Amino acid sequence: MERSTENTSFHMENFRRRSRYAVVFIGLIFAFCLITVLNINTGSVHISVPDIFKIIFTKSGDATAYNIIWKIRFPRILMAAILGGGLSLSGFLLQTFFSNPIAGPFVLGISSGAKMMVALTMIVFLQRFHVVSSYTLVVAAFIGSLISVAFILLFSRRLHSMATLLVAGIMIGYICSAITDFVITFAEDSDIVNLHGWSQGSFSGMSWSNVQVSAIIIGITFLILFFMAKPIGAFQLGEAYAQSMGVNIKVFKIALILLSSILSGCVTAFAGPISFVGIAVPHLVKLALKTARPLVVIPGVFLGGAVFCMMCDLIARMAFSPLELNISTVTSIFGAPVVIVMMLRKKGRQA
Amino acid sequence: MDYYFQMKDLAVGYHKQPLIHDININIEKGEIVTLIGPNGSGKSTILKSITRQLELIGGRVYIASRDLQGLSYKTLSTEMAVVLTERIRPELMTCHDIVATGRYPYTGRLGVLSREDEDKVDQAMKAVHAVELGGRDFNAISDGQRQRVLLARAICQEPDMIILDEPTSFLDIRHKLDLLSILRSMAKEKGITVVMSLHEIDLAQKIADKIICVKGEQISHYGVPEEIFKEEIIRDLYEINNGFYDPVFGSIELPRPEGEPKVFVISGAGSGIPVYRSLQKEGIPFAAGILYTNDIDYRLAKELAAQTVTEQPFSDISKETYEQALALMKKCQRVIVTDVPEGTCNHRLFDLIKEARRLGMA
Repeated sequence: MERSTENTSFHMENFRRRSRYAVVFIGLIFAFCLITVLNINTGSVHISVPDIFKIIFTKSGDATAYNIIWKIRFPRILMAAILGGGLSLSGFLLQTFFSNPIAGPFVLGISSGAKMMVALTMIVFLQRFHVVSSYTLVVAAFIGSLISVAFILLFSRRLHSMATLLVAGIMIGYICSAITDFVITFAEDSDIVNLHGWSQGSFSGMSWSNVQVSAIIIGITFLILFFMAKPIGAFQLGEAYAQSMGVNIKVFKIALILLSSILSGCVTAFAGPISFVGIAVPHLVKLALKTARPLVVIPGVFLGGAVFCMMCDLIARMAFSPLELNISTVTSIFGAPVVIVMMLRKKGRQA
Repeated sequence: MDYYFQMKDLAVGYHKQPLIHDININIEKGEIVTLIGPNGSGKSTILKSITRQLELIGGRVYIASRDLQGLSYKTLSTEMAVVLTERIRPELMTCHDIVATGRYPYTGRLGVLSREDEDKVDQAMKAVHAVELGGRDFNAISDGQRQRVLLARAICQEPDMIILDEPTSFLDIRHKLDLLSILRSMAKEKGITVVMSLHEIDLAQKIADKIICVKGEQISHYGVPEEIFKEEIIRDLYEINNGFYDPVFGSIELPRPEGEPKVFVISGAGSGIPVYRSLQKEGIPFAAGILYTNDIDYRLAKELAAQTVTEQPFSDISKETYEQALALMKKCQRVIVTDVPEGTCNHRLFDLIKEARRLGMA
């Protein structure tokens, strides 16, 4: 008798949790669809809804409208989704790694490191070969991310306080940005003018080949991470406990750093540095799901990041149309307050 | 060689520098082994080394005849569970979730718990009397409750050996006793080997099968509690020079008030203990008498009184002893008489009380 009541209570709890996850995921998917539709439907050139349907489903119609939908809006929407998801995941990984809720690729200077390497590579390649492939840029960004991470890890051995570590990250970010600005200022090539817009963060000018490259890289990374949910969960209890549960900590930590660098590198290579997404989205998603369990949080964060970035991109495009805002301008407006509230609540709990 | 856990010529420390070396200890299955020693003596270093959180500096550790360094972390996780001192601050996890992480080595690739796993989690929570904590946020419970939840976590990992670093810190007396009796029954009923460090030497004496004294560069003593808990060993281990340690009860006392005795306490059969304590707190030197050397009062008077007049157990108080006590009493300023039971052989004690009353001292 006693046994059965206990089991029901356990089932009730699991049922409650799962229904909560279902509600959140359904909500996110709904938001995703809604924003996709809004994104396709809005822009400086007005295209009516029946025309959009015609273009999407019959792949025919007015040539200009067709090109706008298929060659500009669609790749851009997809990129915002893929890169937004990747960036948020990268933030989640860094927060787990440093066990600090305000760690993220932008705050720790990792995005800026990637930006610096991409700028340098672009300049060198464009001067020598006049072309540069997406893959080259992704590799450069990945290396840049790793350089920043290496510095952060170096500091984290000496600085045990999280606050000083964040300051170190911000400083690394400034140094990398300074170098990038320096290179851009003295670069002559006209192509590099584009670099300026990119170095502020933007989803504009995305092509289908960009979509392909980033979908492959981020898709594979996402899958690997999903199957790493178990050790990530163990790591949330700290290194020592994770090891005692059978996690090979050295291998795991290297994997975590590489994967988060791949993610933030890939995002930066295509869209430039984007601020606050990596911190705000994981926090909001965990809050909504009421759990930090990686098995649900990883897909949740990816989806949430996609929705968040698509929404921010929509705002960036439409708020002062035809002028376009930097994506970071919008993400900061929404993301920074989340971080502030988060810090205040954390302080309140400690006191 | 049927030892379950062995440390052979083990040297442990940080950054390739040995802190403690030549550790040779053999532990049998189901034994409770306790490490004692002063703060910073290296108890935690030893525990971290045998749980592979620290690299060994030298020597070998064998668990069930297998070299610890050669085991995969996964195999080790089914063999050994830990309860650590380090604070964990997991996000949005209930106590049930924390305990459930103990099932890690047994769940599938995605770590989803089966019905059987859930039952084991429930059993572990029940074993540590933490069922009611199940739904609470782990960060919102008290330190003592946290310790119990972490023990449940270790239990549901179903190890053959549990290693605990100061598990009783933060616990109140009831939960200390609870925790230790849980460990005791696990060791004796399930044959789980327990290695832990403890600060409370009185508890160590009562729970452990073997004691390891950690001090300086080596293990200063290793053996059964009866051998270890002697005044000199404990005094030397902790460098006690401002108090006393009583090996019989494992209790400790503050130093006695120094000086010529000002008060003479006549007591027996435990009636003197509260008086001694209050005089000690006031800092008044006192004499005690006449006490049989098997009297409970004597154990404390020996440590706290400036002078004690004693008599052999079960014999009449002799004339000489009486005279000695009388002389000492007369040197004091006052006499405190407690409720001493009167028997057939201690009538001279009552003569002493009469004398004190006659002199107006009591």
